[in-house]
Amino acid sequence: MTATDTRRRRRSGVSAAAPARAVHAGGGGRGFTIASTTVLVVFAIIWLIPSLFAVKTSLSPNGVAALGAQEILTNWSPTLESYTSLLRQGDIWNWYLSSALTSVITAVLTLLFASMAAFALSRLRFAGRAAVYLLIIAGLMIPSQVLIVPIFEELRLLQLLNTYWAVILPQVPSVIAVFIFKQFFDGIPREIEEAARVDGAGLWRTYWSVVMPLSRPVTAAVAILTFVWTWNNLLLPLFVLSNPNLMTIPVGLATVQGTFGLRYADIQAGAILAALPLVVLYMFFQRQIVEGVTGSGLKG
Amino acid sequence: MTTAAPPRASGAADHLAAGRTRRRRIDNLRGWIYCAPFLLAFGLFLIWPTLYGLWMSFTGTSLAGTNTQFVGLDNYVEAFGDPDVWSSLGNTVWFTVLSTIPLVLVALVLAVLVNIGLPGQWLWRLSFFLPFLLASTVVSQFWVWMYNPQLGLVNTFLGWFGITGPAWLQNPNTAMIAVVVTTVWWTIGFNFLLYLAALQNIPDHLYEAASLDGAGSWRRFISITVPQLAPTTVLVLVLQMLASLKVFDQFFQMTGGGPGGSTRPILLYIYEVGFTGYRLGYASAISYIFFFMIIIVSIAYMVISSRRSVKA
Repeated sequence: MTATDTRRRRRSGVSAAAPARAVHAGGGGRGFTIASTTVLVVFAIIWLIPSLFAVKTSLSPNGVAALGAQEILTNWSPTLESYTSLLRQGDIWNWYLSSALTSVITAVLTLLFASMAAFALSRLRFAGRAAVYLLIIAGLMIPSQVLIVPIFEELRLLQLLNTYWAVILPQVPSVIAVFIFKQFFDGIPREIEEAARVDGAGLWRTYWSVVMPLSRPVTAAVAILTFVWTWNNLLLPLFVLSNPNLMTIPVGLATVQGTFGLRYADIQAGAILAALPLVVLYMFFQRQIVEGVTGSGLKG
Repeated sequence: MTTAAPPRASGAADHLAAGRTRRRRIDNLRGWIYCAPFLLAFGLFLIWPTLYGLWMSFTGTSLAGTNTQFVGLDNYVEAFGDPDVWSSLGNTVWFTVLSTIPLVLVALVLAVLVNIGLPGQWLWRLSFFLPFLLASTVVSQFWVWMYNPQLGLVNTFLGWFGITGPAWLQNPNTAMIAVVVTTVWWTIGFNFLLYLAALQNIPDHLYEAASLDGAGSWRRFISITVPQLAPTTVLVLVLQMLASLKVFDQFFQMTGGGPGGSTRPILLYIYEVGFTGYRLGYASAISYIFFFMIIIVSIAYMVISSRRSVKA
């Protein structure tokens, strides 16, 4: 089965509840359906509670939040005070900017580099191709967290500490992105490119104007996932950024958390402001995100 | 003129061979040019740090960059005799066991239930998957607040039933479990989606055939769903183990490794040794011991999955 084949089946499967499911699900009878619905609803409620409690806390005045969950749940005078005061302080705008800049640049560079390498590995016969492929596979096993110390040393030698590049560059070589692209490229019929070559398109044109446009779904998935990973990364920016103006959202939030003291509503509002862009992203790109996760997991 | 032909032919062959060599050289060049940007980044930020870290682990390097002299295996000898290395490795393995089991089983249950096809698919997926997209900072702040001994929702809820809950994150008996619960809540969405995709790839005719043979829904689950999901389960299990072994963020932010080092995973110890204790050389040596564990898990997976594909 080709990659595109699997992908298409997976998409049709994941994005809609297939009506055929009813055939074997209904076999257990009405009691079975009621029981499983109940279990599912209970799980969903448990899963939603922590986020909803945080939202409710963030909408309470700090004075009410400090009285505890009982008061927070029974207080019905919501206020945006915590949000407005956080946004007015201004730090958070710098952090948003840092997070957005580093995440977008990392995603763009990862896409470009990984897709070019995958294109070469999928389409070009060159000496050392097998060796390059093996090397990249070996890279899958390296846990990036243990590299943090040498990477810190390296960035210091390169004098990149406290720059955005210190957050961006170490995250660019994404082995998994090469795999996702290569798997997808392998599934694209070569006739399409050969037609383009006959029409006089060079190799770059073939890659850029023929293969990449055909790979839009996988490109979107890799872009969004890289964006999310970079946005959420704590360890790397924590090590390499000490200038408060350059901090990304997770690092900035972790450093100010201590100064909030007993202002619990402010703490939760800060967390929600940090999460908000990704929640919005999920709303818009739900399908690409779901596909990206399943695609990266079900490789090969 | 029998001798004239061979030189002509070989001349043409030479010409052809030269053309082929040239084309091959161009192909080689183009292959490397397309791989170059990735390989450059890969070499600079994956290969080089791996080798440099290995070198540092044989030196006494400090954070200030001083004392880079070669100390042989001293760091490794010290690490094997360091009780904190053993206790944090123990914590890491214990966390991996405690978190992997629910993260695989609950994910499977949720995926099977969602796959039944109840209405509101987007809501189920949102509930279980959205936490996965949150930053660890956000997750930690949500849950530190949930676990707050006097004010948090968990103990308030228990209080409604007359139970006085412990200080979850400060009590050595409950801190590990509390972080495990947070981790399950946070990361289950990934495994859930992998299982959901795998369930939807099981061909319907298998179920139809079993129904015709009179198999009930439990029977079909055991003899069709479970075996069909086996490759996914191996994958989920290994990815989960690797992710759990690399745990850092939650403990760093929620317990700081405390109380008394009872929740300190190995990566947190490496961080403390390197960046609080300024001993980068020693931190690198511990990193490599940990690295070795990761490689063993990865190789075990490759052996298992290659044996499986040989059988298939």
